[in-house]
Amino acid sequence: MRPFKYSTTNDINVAVKMLQVKGHAKLLGGGTNILDLMKEDVEHPEELIDITGLSYTQIKSISSGPNAEGISIGALCKNTDTANDPIIRQNFPLVAQAILAGASAQIRNMATNGGNLNQRTRCSYFYDIAMPCNKREPGAGCAAIEGINKMHAIFGWSKDCVAVHPSDLCVALVALDAIVKVMGAGGKERLIQFSDYHRLPGTDPQKDNNLQQEEIITEIQLPKNNFASKSYYLKVRDRSSYAFALVSVAAAIEMAGNQIKQVRIAMGGVSHKPWRAYEAEQFLINKTPDEANFNLAAELEMRNAKPLKHNKFKVELGIRTMVRALTQAMNGGKHT
Amino acid sequence: MAANTPNQNTNMAIIGKPLDRVDGHLKVTGIATFVAEFNQPNMAYAFPVRSTIAKGSITGFDLILAEKSGGVISILTHENAPRLQPFDPLEIKKTGGFLAENLIPLQDNKVHYFGQFIAVVLAETFEEARHAATLVKVSYAKEKADADLNEALLKSSVREGAQLNKGQASAIIETSNLKIEQTYTTPAQNHHPMEPHAAIAIWDGADKLTLYDSTQVIVGMRNITAYFFKLKPEDVRILCPYLGGGFGGKSPAAHNILAAMAGKKINRPVKLVITRQMMQTNVGRRSPTIQKVALACDLQGKLTVIRHQNSSYSNLTDFSEPVGIQTQVLYNAPVREITHQIAKLDMNAPTYMRAPGHAVGSFALESAIDEMAYELRMDPVQFRILNHASTDPVKKINFSSNHLLECFQIGVEKFGWASRKIQPRQTRNGQWLVGYGMATSVHHGVRRPATVRIQLSNDGMATVMTASQELGTGTYTILTQTAADALGIAVGKIKVLVGDSDLPPAPFAAGSSTTASVNPAVLAAGELLRCELMRIAIADPKSKLNGRNTKDISFADSKLYLSSDISISDSYKDIMRRNNRETMQASATATPGGAASGATVAPCGPSMDQDQNYDTHKYSFHSFGAHFVEVWVDEDLGTIRVKRVTTVQDIGRVMNEKTARSQVIGGVIFGIGAALMEETVFDNRWASPVTRTLADYHVPVNLDVPPIDVHFIGKPDPHISSIGSKGVGEVGIVGVSAAIANAVFNATGKRLRNLPFTPDKLFV
Ligand SMILES: Cc1cc2nc3c(=O)[nH]c(=O)nc-3n(C[C@H](O)[C@H](O)[C@H](O)COP(=O)(O)OP(=O)(O)OC[C@H]3O[C@@H](n4cnc5c(N)ncnc54)[C@H](O)[C@@H]3O)c2cc1C
Repeated sequence: MRPFKYSTTNDINVAVKMLQVKGHAKLLGGGTNILDLMKEDVEHPEELIDITGLSYTQIKSISSGPNAEGISIGALCKNTDTANDPIIRQNFPLVAQAILAGASAQIRNMATNGGNLNQRTRCSYFYDIAMPCNKREPGAGCAAIEGINKMHAIFGWSKDCVAVHPSDLCVALVALDAIVKVMGAGGKERLIQFSDYHRLPGTDPQKDNNLQQEEIITEIQLPKNNFASKSYYLKVRDRSSYAFALVSVAAAIEMAGNQIKQVRIAMGGVSHKPWRAYEAEQFLINKTPDEANFNLAAELEMRNAKPLKHNKFKVELGIRTMVRALTQAMNGGKHT
Repeated sequence: MAANTPNQNTNMAIIGKPLDRVDGHLKVTGIATFVAEFNQPNMAYAFPVRSTIAKGSITGFDLILAEKSGGVISILTHENAPRLQPFDPLEIKKTGGFLAENLIPLQDNKVHYFGQFIAVVLAETFEEARHAATLVKVSYAKEKADADLNEALLKSSVREGAQLNKGQASAIIETSNLKIEQTYTTPAQNHHPMEPHAAIAIWDGADKLTLYDSTQVIVGMRNITAYFFKLKPEDVRILCPYLGGGFGGKSPAAHNILAAMAGKKINRPVKLVITRQMMQTNVGRRSPTIQKVALACDLQGKLTVIRHQNSSYSNLTDFSEPVGIQTQVLYNAPVREITHQIAKLDMNAPTYMRAPGHAVGSFALESAIDEMAYELRMDPVQFRILNHASTDPVKKINFSSNHLLECFQIGVEKFGWASRKIQPRQTRNGQWLVGYGMATSVHHGVRRPATVRIQLSNDGMATVMTASQELGTGTYTILTQTAADALGIAVGKIKVLVGDSDLPPAPFAAGSSTTASVNPAVLAAGELLRCELMRIAIADPKSKLNGRNTKDISFADSKLYLSSDISISDSYKDIMRRNNRETMQASATATPGGAASGATVAPCGPSMDQDQNYDTHKYSFHSFGAHFVEVWVDEDLGTIRVKRVTTVQDIGRVMNEKTARSQVIGGVIFGIGAALMEETVFDNRWASPVTRTLADYHVPVNLDVPPIDVHFIGKPDPHISSIGSKGVGEVGIVGVSAAIANAVFNATGKRLRNLPFTPDKLFV
């Protein structure tokens, strides 16, 4: 860990200014990711700005504007508090389930929602500074593409990067069409559609998302939906708990009679960004929610997968996980 | 009051009680001090630099940035490090010590594996040392490294390990109709005890060294440290009052020598604690194995042949995984072939890891036995009973004790094995397929010479001293119990000192041998003390026991008394105070297969026959057991859950129900980890592990661990020692992964032969 300056502020505009002026400054949320990366010498900001004193810690209903009747989740609200919030549990159970499927209780107690969005990949080559990695050091090459890539992408990867985004929460958020609210220079706020927030690696995998250096996430907004009674987050991993997803699926269904009116499907552990399964969704609209249709939808989506040497199983696993998640969602999220 | 007669073997009243750990309170309150916590005044911090190539040589260092970095005191490389006595296997052997890896750090520019310590930065704080270590620039001449076991096995450098009846099985296998021939693999694994390896070196001048060292090898570490630094063994002191787990990974290794070298160089106390990442590359591991097992049977189901062909790697050590070890003692078969091939890989040395050989060898053997039983459509317990070896089938001698059949019987009953269907895929519960499986466990019983000194004070306290070790297993507690019985003193009046090389020598804490080795010496030393007390009392005109005969005297409650009249007694305190003895000491060495030595005090003394025990020419010593498991398999998603485990263990006398149970539970959890998730994955291009931290190297979490129902046979082994306790630290892991594999087959009809069974394995 290189020497760095630690500063703190409870004024968002000051924090934005600091980021703007100091190109090598970074924000400190719960620190569960950035501090690890600094100890590994992967990240080396010259200054850490502790923003846990900012006021964006609440979860509240949105009363007006385009997202009226939706909910706003503070970027500095802890993952645990978010998952335990009564409104979230009742109206957005998918979000609570996804959070609780991630990390450990101790980490979730520390982790902030903003930090969760901006956590970096767990690709072991990214973490090991003895290895080449384009994400860590643009132009150095990708060790994972021909290396041990069991945990890596099957969708949207490039020859420069095959890493996946590790978050569970973000899979639920992309499924629910969340919106990321950020504060920028001069007090200018903007809204980013969740599906546009994270990026595919392309030729500049060092960029995980479309946030500007000086921007700070302040809120995550969730539009009102009718999915609460039929949603499910299913995560398949190498042990029962406290492991990153091999594949995860967030599924949410709204019925009209005995047909699917609306459906949202997103996958984790498969791409550089939380992966929305649009093809599968489109296929299922106006169909009956049976296993045959779920299978066809999942196969349609996974047809486009491009697995690497060690993650071929993810294609079949992806199909089965999607079918199971949709089935569970139809069962009201209860285990069979 | 338990009556004891001094010149008979001690009654065991406290031994066997489920006493709470005597150090439990200290540990849960954080008072117990571990090696890394013995901070010294003026102490410097060391942080090693590791090689980023696996083979070749260092052509240069650029230290300019690192040396200028804040707080840096010095940087040691092979160019400026103190030269130590060169490595000489014979000379080292003579010292009675050993190194887990035959490589002394910073003595030349050669690189033998990825992550090798090639420099060490010394700074005023840990953070400064760690940071400066990242600024050290190294240039190398790189050579191609071998990291692939399969490829390396084709090379001419492959050597043969232990061979039994090589080539003798093929003919009979070929002509057999009822047979199975399968290949099983197990991955590299790393120990990962909770406490990282730590050392604090404190030099007193140029020729006296104190080393706080998280080691399982107190005396051996002293001896090799003395050898390398050309010191007298008595001028080196190794201290380790508590160890935060070892599992075989805390043998003498480079980091402790590095700390001592660094301290010598800068003439200050130096602390070196390695990181979790270094625990993947610098302190040994279990080699991956490739195992071919062939079994054949006659029509009655009697095994006609067992062949177990093993491959593993080794480097920088004579050690290689003794994979075929359990195959030498389980099952009768007229033909038995066991072979070992050892390839050289450019990786750090493999070493002992909990139940060396047995843990991985039993996976293949016990899976194959299950496969064979299924071929015969025979219940696998029945098949094991039918082929049970009641005497050692290779050494052709008796087992010292073997209650394996009873383990099966109890396990079958407690688990409810009778409801198991031989045909797989018969039980479903929603999305889960349910299966039962079982396997045998076995681990050899080891005893080594140990010396114990006990001091009695006239305030009634006794101190038990031996350079043994508390690995976290319960040694403090068990030695306390044995001393309580040996002296007839309450548990609360006994203090045990271990983990200090200045104490009387004891064997290294490995091979499940501590309990069997050290406790007989406690008994013998206790007996010597009692006899001395008795001698003084009999000769003392003021004692009520004056002039009595030793054979009429018993002891309990810190008193000697007349067996026939309990009111005629004299307390240890009174005897000592009247005779101006502030303290009394006795020490005894229990040498297996020989006699207990110690100043024999007439007319009574340690009964010499008590250590005619452990004659390995006469008896074959092993702990045995059987595991029964229920698994649920979600076939669609590839997930396996172990739902319950029943395990029955024959470990001889159970010294303490609680600590023994904890060892078995820990062993079973270790086995669940090996079965379902543990794996050190290498990228062969760099010969480097990609599972660098506990985020990637998975061990079981609470949710992976079901209720574990532990039963003990509890019959003392009549030949291992006067106490009759065999080992319990390792046997619990043995067979668990096979039992789980067998249960997965019973659930799904799929045979998993490659550990660990992560979800992707069910997709192949
Ligand atoms: C062993 C382990 C296992 C884990 N397992 C899982 C898992 O299974 N699933 C899962 O989803 N996660 C998992 N995590 C990751 C965990 O969820 C993240 O570390 C956590 O959410 C990050 O939040 P934080 O507040 O601690 O972020 P920090 O570490 O403080 O910050 C992370 C990044 O976000 C930036 N940042 C923080 N706040 C803001 C903001 N408001 N605006 C803009 N940028 C910001 C920081 O500058 C930094 O770059 C695991 C972590 C560990 C250590």
